[in-house]
Amino acid sequence: MTCKGSGPTVDRRKFLTGVAVAGAASVVTPQAATAAAAAGAAPARLPSALPPTAQVIVAETGTPAEMARVPGKPGSDFMVDVIKTLDIKYLPSNCASSFRAIHESLINYGGNKMPEFLTCTHEESAVGMAHGYYKIAGKPLMTLVHGTVGLQHAAMAIYNAWCDRVPVIVVGGNDLDAAHRPPGVPTYHSAQDINALVRDFTKWDDTPVSLQHFAQSFVRAYRISTTPPFGPVAISLDAGLQQEPVKAHGAPLYIPRFVASSPPQGDAGAVKEAAQLLANAQNPVIVADRAARTPNGITLLVQLAELLQARVIDQQGRMNFPKTHYLSAPPTAVNNADVIIGLELSDFWATVNSYTDNGENDGIGKNGTRIKPTTKLISISSIDLITKANYQDFQRFQTIDVAMPGDAESTLPALIEAVKSAIANDRKAAIEKRGEAARKSYADGKARQRQMAAVAWDASPISTARLCMELYGAIKDLDWSLVASEGNVSNWPNRLWPFEKHYQFIGRSGGYGVGYGAPASVGAALANRDIGGRFSVSIQSDGDLMYAPGVLWTAARHKIPLLSVMHNNRGYHQELMHVQRLSNFRNRVASLGNDMGPIGTSIQNPDIEYHKLAESMGWWAKGPIKDPALLGPALKEAVEVVKSGQPALLNVWTQPR
Amino acid sequence: MRWVLKLSLAVLAAGTVMGGGAALAASAEKGKDAFVKNGCWQCHGFLGQGGITGPKLAPDPLPLEALSAFTRSSNGPMPPYSEKVLSNEDLADIHAYLSSIPKAPDYKTIPLLSQ
Repeated sequence: MTCKGSGPTVDRRKFLTGVAVAGAASVVTPQAATAAAAAGAAPARLPSALPPTAQVIVAETGTPAEMARVPGKPGSDFMVDVIKTLDIKYLPSNCASSFRAIHESLINYGGNKMPEFLTCTHEESAVGMAHGYYKIAGKPLMTLVHGTVGLQHAAMAIYNAWCDRVPVIVVGGNDLDAAHRPPGVPTYHSAQDINALVRDFTKWDDTPVSLQHFAQSFVRAYRISTTPPFGPVAISLDAGLQQEPVKAHGAPLYIPRFVASSPPQGDAGAVKEAAQLLANAQNPVIVADRAARTPNGITLLVQLAELLQARVIDQQGRMNFPKTHYLSAPPTAVNNADVIIGLELSDFWATVNSYTDNGENDGIGKNGTRIKPTTKLISISSIDLITKANYQDFQRFQTIDVAMPGDAESTLPALIEAVKSAIANDRKAAIEKRGEAARKSYADGKARQRQMAAVAWDASPISTARLCMELYGAIKDLDWSLVASEGNVSNWPNRLWPFEKHYQFIGRSGGYGVGYGAPASVGAALANRDIGGRFSVSIQSDGDLMYAPGVLWTAARHKIPLLSVMHNNRGYHQELMHVQRLSNFRNRVASLGNDMGPIGTSIQNPDIEYHKLAESMGWWAKGPIKDPALLGPALKEAVEVVKSGQPALLNVWTQPR
Repeated sequence: MRWVLKLSLAVLAAGTVMGGGAALAASAEKGKDAFVKNGCWQCHGFLGQGGITGPKLAPDPLPLEALSAFTRSSNGPMPPYSEKVLSNEDLADIHAYLSSIPKAPDYKTIPLLSQ
């Protein structure tokens, strides 16, 4: 794809071809096969390891001939210069030949700093780590993937990042020049347009054809990715462009200066209209999903809520509102609202409507409304600015009375000022009274949740409420951060833990692609490690860990302290319930085989010994813990291990949810 | 002979369930097995404690008649269990099992919950 007619030429094509031919020759030689047959061995089956031929011995022990050298500065060195201007701290990646040139430049020319290469065993883990890292550090990471096969491995994690509105810079190596690239494997691993694979769920992508083009594209990709609404971006990086030298003639290369874009805000007229509705409401309710991008988002939301004495439903896409605040409310608070404002909601329809999977309507279920017909709806959401067609993450359509495409956190200051102006003096007493009612609801709800947690407190397998509270008891005096809770533990942390700080809860996967929890928690723990002294803990589900458990090794290899407590319910529990449901609708007994759940939904027989799996990858680990009385002491031990800088895992057998 | 015995048991169990009379035929021990075998634990937990996926069933379960009526004709998030899927006998045993689960302690007596 690069202009190969001018400037110094490179012999990499010939070199690679030579390697491929030598490699093929060394696998099985005709002489070896003939010798085996002559010795009376069954000719149909060759031994798995053959003695080396004379040719192989020479190749492996001889001094290699002087290799052709690339004259001048390699193009990939310039790429590293570009990357270094953007302050990207880490590069989690699984190594691959299609980006070998930039890999070499990063570690040798770039000194393996800013970014530092983190060795991953799967591309899905690499992107998942970048995903979790961003939500703690607020800074994006980049990853390198093998153009076709690596990008396919990475695709699920990229979709999660897209749905969760998280920036990740994905660079895929690709050898575009069909006339010169090595035949065989490198050609299987090349494509005309690798970015097509992820175009539906990336904000932007490009295929640079010159080094100057790369510089512009990389800085542009960084800016697009980090402008709300955030999202992953992809750059296809030609192997030839990486490997060839910077040309000595023509205009000198330059690196564009990065300047962050200001986030888009809601229209001023619409902000005023929304403020009027909220100020005059009898029972306004605020619903927030991914509203607080930064700690300041929480401060702003508290200001708005207290100004209106409006209850706040935190849908937990991020830590939006303190759980200890008396205006914190459960999802049912929408039922009696007359005005609802949704801030960066991923699903407004489901916020105000219900769906029951009860087999009605020819099996598709029953829809219902959860609000009054007169309730006014306001939305501030940046997602309206990047909705695409194919993947359905935009959810069902909901009519909104005042819809503001824009970033909620950036719009809140203007909205707060507008609400202050819109509240009439004669409304202030009624607003204060609303606050008193909210205080009582909050206190009642808190006691109710605790009493519910007490049920089955001594159960074995251990109840999810006990699991979460034993864990909280072990970390409550530390500066803790719950970096992943994908285990569907009946939401106990959010019902019982006193979340107040932005980093104490970082939301979930976004796209509900299983396999996010383990890598995201390692990435987030890395960010917490660098902040210094912050204690990372994850509630790790069994099914999630088994997607790509190699990330445990990455955590040990790079000394990332993390306490991972397993919610091991020995099944794909969501699916287990789905198959049971369908069996009942069809009036059939669910076939269990020898398992507890319907065939195909259990992870047992044999039970996976996650503690041994973790130990084998360099973790301190213990389990299986089935007796609730043993959980507290084990946690105490594990906390000390993590405080010393190591990752630790407890394999805990739990109730299903 | 075995078929006849099974049928008799089913009639007896049905009588117990529908009539709401003596719980003599119901066995908490068998009910525990039936609770697992029929998938009740999947949404309600092994002790019927409930969770995000299903409400608490125990301690203090619904009366047998109400539990039976709901189980057979649920039109909400819980799928209905017909007699073909869950026998009256199993249902009565499940009720006996749920009734045998002791009351939960007051949360204020549990240090981890009272803080």
